[in-house]
Amino acid sequence: MTAVQNHEGAATSPQAAVDIRDLRISFATDGEPVSAVDGVSLHVQPGEVLAIVGESGSGKTVTAKSILGLLPDNATVSGAVVLEGNDIVQLSPGQLRQVRGRDVAMVFQEASTALNPVYTVGWQIAEGLRAHGKYSKKQARERAVEILGTVGIPDPEKRVDHYPHQFSGGQKQRVVIAMALALGSKVIVADEPTTALDVTVQAEILDLLRRVRDDFGRAIVLITHNMGVVADLADRVAVMYRGEVVEEADVRDLFAHPQHEYTQHLLGAVPRLGAQTAYKVTAEAGPGEPAAPLVEARDLEIVYPGRLGRSGFRAVGGVNFTIAPGEVLGLVGESGSGKTTIGRAIVGLTRATGGSLNVLGHEMVGFKERTFRPLRSRVGFVFQDPATSFNPLLTVGEAIAEPLLIHGEATDAAGTKARVRELLDSVHLPTHYAERYPHELSGGQRQRASLARALALDPELLVADEPTSALDVSVQARVLEVFSELQERRGFATLFISHDLAVVGMLSDHIGVLYRGELVEHGAGRQVLTDPQHPYTQRLLASVPVPDPVEQQQRREALAAHRAAEG
Amino acid sequence: MTIADTATPPTAAAGKTSGGGGLGRYILVRFLLIIPTVFILVTLVFFLMRVVGDPISASVGGRLTPDQLNARLAEAGYDRPVLVQYFEYIGQIFTGDFGRTLTDNREISEILVTYGTGTLELVLYSLVVALVVGIPLGRFAAYRRDQIPDALLRIFAILCYATPVFFAALLLKLVFSVWLGWFPLGGRASTSTQLVLDRISGSTGINIIDALRTGRWDLISDVLAHAVLPAVALGLLTAGVFLRLVRTNLIGTLSMDYVDAARSRGVREGRLLRKHAYKPALIPIITVMGMQIALMLGGAILTETAFGWRGLGFQLAQYLGARDFVAVQGIVALLAVIVALTNFAVDVLAALIDPRVRY
Amino acid sequence: MSVPTDANSTVPEPVEGSVAEADPLVTGEARQREPRWKRLPVIWQLRRSTGLQRGMLIAGMVLCAVFLIAAVFAPLIAPYGFNQLSDAGGNFPRQGAPSAQFWWGTTVGGYDVFSRVVWGAQTAVLTVVLAVALSIFLGIALGLVSGYLGGWLDRILVTIADAIYAFPSLLLAIVVSIMISGGESGFISGILAAAISITVVFVPQYFRVVRAETVRLKAEPFVESARVLGASTPRILSRHVLRNATRSLPLIITLNASEAILTLAGLGFLGFGINPTAASEWGYDLNRAISDVAGGIWWTGVFPGAAIVLLVLGITLVGESLNDLSDPRLRIRRRPKRVPRRTATAMKGAA
Repeated sequence: MTAVQNHEGAATSPQAAVDIRDLRISFATDGEPVSAVDGVSLHVQPGEVLAIVGESGSGKTVTAKSILGLLPDNATVSGAVVLEGNDIVQLSPGQLRQVRGRDVAMVFQEASTALNPVYTVGWQIAEGLRAHGKYSKKQARERAVEILGTVGIPDPEKRVDHYPHQFSGGQKQRVVIAMALALGSKVIVADEPTTALDVTVQAEILDLLRRVRDDFGRAIVLITHNMGVVADLADRVAVMYRGEVVEEADVRDLFAHPQHEYTQHLLGAVPRLGAQTAYKVTAEAGPGEPAAPLVEARDLEIVYPGRLGRSGFRAVGGVNFTIAPGEVLGLVGESGSGKTTIGRAIVGLTRATGGSLNVLGHEMVGFKERTFRPLRSRVGFVFQDPATSFNPLLTVGEAIAEPLLIHGEATDAAGTKARVRELLDSVHLPTHYAERYPHELSGGQRQRASLARALALDPELLVADEPTSALDVSVQARVLEVFSELQERRGFATLFISHDLAVVGMLSDHIGVLYRGELVEHGAGRQVLTDPQHPYTQRLLASVPVPDPVEQQQRREALAAHRAAEG
Repeated sequence: MTIADTATPPTAAAGKTSGGGGLGRYILVRFLLIIPTVFILVTLVFFLMRVVGDPISASVGGRLTPDQLNARLAEAGYDRPVLVQYFEYIGQIFTGDFGRTLTDNREISEILVTYGTGTLELVLYSLVVALVVGIPLGRFAAYRRDQIPDALLRIFAILCYATPVFFAALLLKLVFSVWLGWFPLGGRASTSTQLVLDRISGSTGINIIDALRTGRWDLISDVLAHAVLPAVALGLLTAGVFLRLVRTNLIGTLSMDYVDAARSRGVREGRLLRKHAYKPALIPIITVMGMQIALMLGGAILTETAFGWRGLGFQLAQYLGARDFVAVQGIVALLAVIVALTNFAVDVLAALIDPRVRY
Repeated sequence: MSVPTDANSTVPEPVEGSVAEADPLVTGEARQREPRWKRLPVIWQLRRSTGLQRGMLIAGMVLCAVFLIAAVFAPLIAPYGFNQLSDAGGNFPRQGAPSAQFWWGTTVGGYDVFSRVVWGAQTAVLTVVLAVALSIFLGIALGLVSGYLGGWLDRILVTIADAIYAFPSLLLAIVVSIMISGGESGFISGILAAAISITVVFVPQYFRVVRAETVRLKAEPFVESARVLGASTPRILSRHVLRNATRSLPLIITLNASEAILTLAGLGFLGFGINPTAASEWGYDLNRAISDVAGGIWWTGVFPGAAIVLLVLGITLVGESLNDLSDPRLRIRRRPKRVPRRTATAMKGAA
């Protein structure tokens, strides 16, 4: 752990904005106490962005919250967190209150839950100001208007009196950042500030955070799992793994020469834009008659019915695409683009309402469950959240056996055993996992079991709805690997739905880009990613931060130019 | 008397999710929902009561010869098909005509006016007790969560809930009337007081208002002394529910991110509780409280019977005893209207607090 | 309303094996593998409870047990029958004060108060068991079907359930009791009438809970997954929805059982319960005792009243504890006592 030792030499630097020394945090649980942070020492210089990266359970969020003393009651803390000469760990509740907001502020992951829904944003900003006792009501309001303008909220004089639900997701995060700025603290802790946001909005918030550092001279402790965000914003990076800092380095050094094997592994697992690993030509079948498509959408329209006397919501409109046998079609888009709706319509979970959607020769517009049910054995579906896609009361083996029993491949549980073992083996899970309950598997293992279930009947078509977005990056890499392997071996066609362009690019023969329910671009994977035609695709691609600080800086400038050109 | 205090009434939730239409639309939709509620209850009660037979046979049937009975039935229209009677009844209710009692042949609407005021007065007193006791204690319990005061208050709340209101009445009378002699045993006022109050011009029927209008201290204190024990008996029952309601919802909002966010800005703990946790918690609290107020009417029947408090509940018990089902049906139908109106008013109040409905 | 977040979330999950996916059984979820009886409701919660919550749960269980014993062994415990007015020594006194012969005194009718309180436990327990069983059965069936199928049937049922739910339950129980028995009846018919009256009041409550759970579960990926696999509706309902939707039932049962007792007592108090010569019923006894109070005769009312309070208290304590223990926001955790051990070397076999 050479990196940690290196850093301990520098930790004594007197002017550090935050100085964390040998921090240890554990939580009381029903069983043994769980150690979350185990001897972490870090320091943040004024005006610098220190990124703490790690996967779930690495202790990064707990470390960040300890800087504000915001740990729950069942936490035990030792070590020191020194801010402006105060050790947060030792402060009384009253002293802690004064430090919060004045010396350190926080930006939360979910802006929508970090804002109190029943008070105006102006009221909430003013409250923070007045808690530190220097403002009259009028002054506080003026300051709130000013700071809202600073973070790029248009028309701040009016917006200051609006309630949180009247702002968009990106604007809410701007308001949260405004609150952190308003009090003038030298340090801002940002806990996954862009994770809940779409990639185009993320780019804007990252720009704002950069301004917070450059124009206001604040130090930022950035907690994130996203290597692209790190490359875009951080000056220095600390990599956490199971409660310890395994490596700490300047951002360029870290990406160029990762020292610790975990860092190397982590960086290796990050999917990169345009780094297509599997590119097949099945879809561009050479001469001869192309096989009939498995799925064919013509002017597909999907409208959710409205409530009593309201018009419905049009989630998808005028979409055309086909999926040929063996083809992998990637659908990308941001939240609300309709990508999940299309996937659900293909398997009949959501009703297609207009145009035509032909699945395995069956028309899905106005379909009847009874006539479609026999075809269901030929379609598999993988859900986004592995935690909820298994019945908690059935074992993994029973869940995988369900399709076999339903479609008469076996008559009783005993008859499915051999097939279940085979399926588990095909997704590289030990066969004895069949006896386990879903909660006894990790997220990545569950997602592989989910794949096994979807493939139990050897379907011709698989619909995968954001199958890896709930997973850590290294686990995601493993699941994608298993998926590619199976897809190559069995040759099923796939509709792969994701918000992550890099992931889609890795797997897909063709890519469709959805924007507000419309398919704005559709073409061969490499062509869409390298030579996008539609301005939205161009902006989307330019917004994705790549895990390389040098390249990312160029991309950032290009994006700025693109935005300027768009006006 | 329900204990499921965190349940959000689905009608309100349905109104809220449709959101975006503004407050006016919400109120309109919510108001229209009153109609099916009342309609269903009236229908349910009508048919349940008719399953046993017609009201005349039930109340006076034993004392009449078959011929007399048939004559009475024909006269009242009970020999017609039940559905015809039902539609006629619904039509009458829409014009405000609830029928006449069988036992003493009075207009039911007149009974409602005469005795409704007594029940209204009792419910208001009890509501004051419930709010004054339940809300501060609930806030205190949430603030001192899992500490000794919280544990004691929770046991207090469970005891309030576990004590039937008529047993509470019995204990209160035993201790404060019989042993200590502080308060009268029952009734709404002493006979002499009641005579004076009934005679003043434009009597509202609400004793305390009439007494205040006379300005005579002896009348006011007599009315208040009679109100204390019934109000405490019914009020404490509801206070227990309010206490739990406030505690549970406050604990819920205290663990929200926005409370942590405000804490991270250096806001004081007391203010976090008062402002950040309390106001969002008020929305479900008020909604459930509304249902509780409606449910207090059930408790009022028992309270009025136990204290001989001449209100609608007392009267209802009398008619139940006499098997006068036309009267029972009429009173229950009116209560259904009151329940629906109360819930409506409370949902609108909750909506006024919630900016997500307002804008 | 946004849903309150789980306060538990700050406790890190077992680390997802980042390099080679770790086996969570090894990383600390082994406690889930326990004998089946230890995972039954109530026992499971009892084992998880600590401190005050454990005390509340145990106190509640003891109270319930006392009344259950009284109900089952009433003929052995009670010195006299519930409608016995005399024995070999002649007629019982009326409104007799507590004495060696009549521990808790006698009523205005000349019954022994102690015996009637013990026999009353039998009536209460029987009625509640019957009422809860009936309402669960109906409530679950309706809630499941209505919630899963949706459509106009669902809308009608919900509107009716809401209307009934908002209405004073005692009033409704009275109306139903009139319908069934005309008001008064013997032991079996009386208990049945009371149980059915209470059932009508509670079916909407079970219906609402089960339906809400079903609607939630219907959107859960594991149920959608069964739909995508082509499972039939009965199979989805029985295998995937039913058992998951009824997880909170132990809690609702305890809470409704206490309400059922109060409703039964309320019916008895208003004279719509069971005929006093057919069975002993606390609510009826309290009705008769109300007028005794004026004369300072306390024993006729205090004992049956206390019986109601204690039984409801016991059941509510059990229910409340179950509620708290199953809700991570409300559960008390063991406080940290000692400095945790250092975790074993975190980076084993990174390759």
